[in-house]
Amino acid sequence: MSQPKNQENYAIQVQGLTKKFGSFTAVDNISFSVKRGETFAFLGPNGAGKTTTIKMLTTLLRPTSGTMLVNGYDPINDQDAVRRSFGIVFQDPSLDDELTVYENMEFHGVLYKVPDKILKQRIEELLNFVELLDRKNDLVKHFSGGMKRRLEIARGLLHTPKVLFLDEPTIGLDPQTRNHIWKYLKDLNSTEDITVLFTTHYMDEAERVADSVAIIDHGRIITGGSPAELKKTTNTNSLEEAFLSLTGKKIREEEAGSIDQMRMNRRMWSR
Amino acid sequence: MIRTIYILWLRQIKRYLRSRSRLVGSLGQPLLFLVALGYGFGPVFQKAGQGNYLEFLAPGVIAMSILFTAIFSGIEIIWDKQFGFLKETLVAPVSRFNIMIGRTLGGATVATLQGIIVFFISIAAGFRPANLTLLPVALLIMMLTALLFTAMGTAIASLLEDMQGFQMVMNFLVMPIFFLSGALFPLEGLPGAIDIVASLNPLTYGVDGLRGALTGQIHIGFFNDFAVLFAVTALFMVIGSYLFSKIEI
Ligand SMILES: Nc1ncnc2c1ncn2[C@@H]1O[C@H](COP(=O)(O)OP(=O)(O)O)[C@@H](O)[C@H]1O
Ligand SMILES: [Mg+2]
Repeated sequence: MSQPKNQENYAIQVQGLTKKFGSFTAVDNISFSVKRGETFAFLGPNGAGKTTTIKMLTTLLRPTSGTMLVNGYDPINDQDAVRRSFGIVFQDPSLDDELTVYENMEFHGVLYKVPDKILKQRIEELLNFVELLDRKNDLVKHFSGGMKRRLEIARGLLHTPKVLFLDEPTIGLDPQTRNHIWKYLKDLNSTEDITVLFTTHYMDEAERVADSVAIIDHGRIITGGSPAELKKTTNTNSLEEAFLSLTGKKIREEEAGSIDQMRMNRRMWSR
Repeated sequence: MIRTIYILWLRQIKRYLRSRSRLVGSLGQPLLFLVALGYGFGPVFQKAGQGNYLEFLAPGVIAMSILFTAIFSGIEIIWDKQFGFLKETLVAPVSRFNIMIGRTLGGATVATLQGIIVFFISIAAGFRPANLTLLPVALLIMMLTALLFTAMGTAIASLLEDMQGFQMVMNFLVMPIFFLSGALFPLEGLPGAIDIVASLNPLTYGVDGLRGALTGQIHIGFFNDFAVLFAVTALFMVIGSYLFSKIEI
């Protein structure tokens, strides 16, 4: 991986980042950097360590070792500065279903100290951007997965972050909705000065959207570069094939986890 | 800081008011206790020379509904953890202490409201407070009890990974706290071991104070009741904040 030369030019810099859970190494000594304004894709099969890396960058997990800078700040020692710098769409849903669209946005705005005067207007602009303005007083629990995703994107942008993290933003969505979401993100890239880091295991999306990608497997970064470069070095026609030739395997499918189980339990309790 | 606490408080209130089923369900249970136990055990209680059972029971049932609602509000953190909303609050540039305070105040407000509603249900069932001037004291005890057990719920929820542990907590902690608090039967003349457990149980002091304020029958005394409730509430607020600050997702 290339070494960062000038801090100013990088939105994210990671050096020797490692995370162990007990004796298991989920993220193994990775280094990469993301230029300001770039759209960067983190590609890898399930269990590769993508989410764990994002959790460390976003102050949710402490690394075992290594250094990071997000928007020039250290996620370990300067948590609040880092937290103000980024917006995030988590892999799993993170909305409050019992609140309305507007209330979810407002909650976020208050936590991030968006000034009262501009909060309402900014919320309406963003809801308009993701085409949810006419639903603003509806409870989120009646929404489809795609609508929730769009709301999460709008919410992640509310406090005008410098960096937007998107962890599998299109997972479980139908192709049409996926296209929709990438359209917003592309528009965003051209209208706001923002750096986007997303993870996915849909190769075609990464190929279409990302300026630069890093391929991660078993906690290690195997290779990185622009999609065109990767195709060239592996002598393949698509990122999918490049990935296959680099890791020797297909991307595994997401399995239904404990979240579904919980959802059942919750229903039993609250109805 | 105040706005952070306020918005978290408000969220708890909204969630409570919106889950009608929870509202109705949580009112049905106290009503059942008042009617079934109050009228069922009334004659026995009277024969044993203990006076009017409904009068004895009503403060206990109010305390019960506060206990359950408060613990439940605290425990809700597990759901937020599992459903991801907790992450949204934990990556925000606000201190975890303020998040915990806002949530706890919200949960305690809800539990107090619930207690007040059950108070009115008791009145409908025939209960009459002995001394109206002591109602503010009763309210204060209800608020403290609510705060105490919401903080306890928060502390417990910070330690649990998922809802599986919740049943354990209900069976081995919350139920004993309820039954061994003097809410349903007088604590005098109990075997030594139970007596010791009851005196270590913070709800005992909430029930005693509440019964004192509502009916005039008091055994431990207001001063000690308040002292214990204050001390234990403060203790659980500290433990709860500490454990909450240590949550990793
Ligand atoms: N809290 C945890 N404790 C133990 N193992 C974990 C924990 N979180 C993640 N892992 C493991 O770390 C590996 C990487 O997980 P993750 O970062 O979620 O992968 P990805 O997002 O690329 O699918 C997986 O094998 C996962 O089981
Ligand atoms: Mg993941």
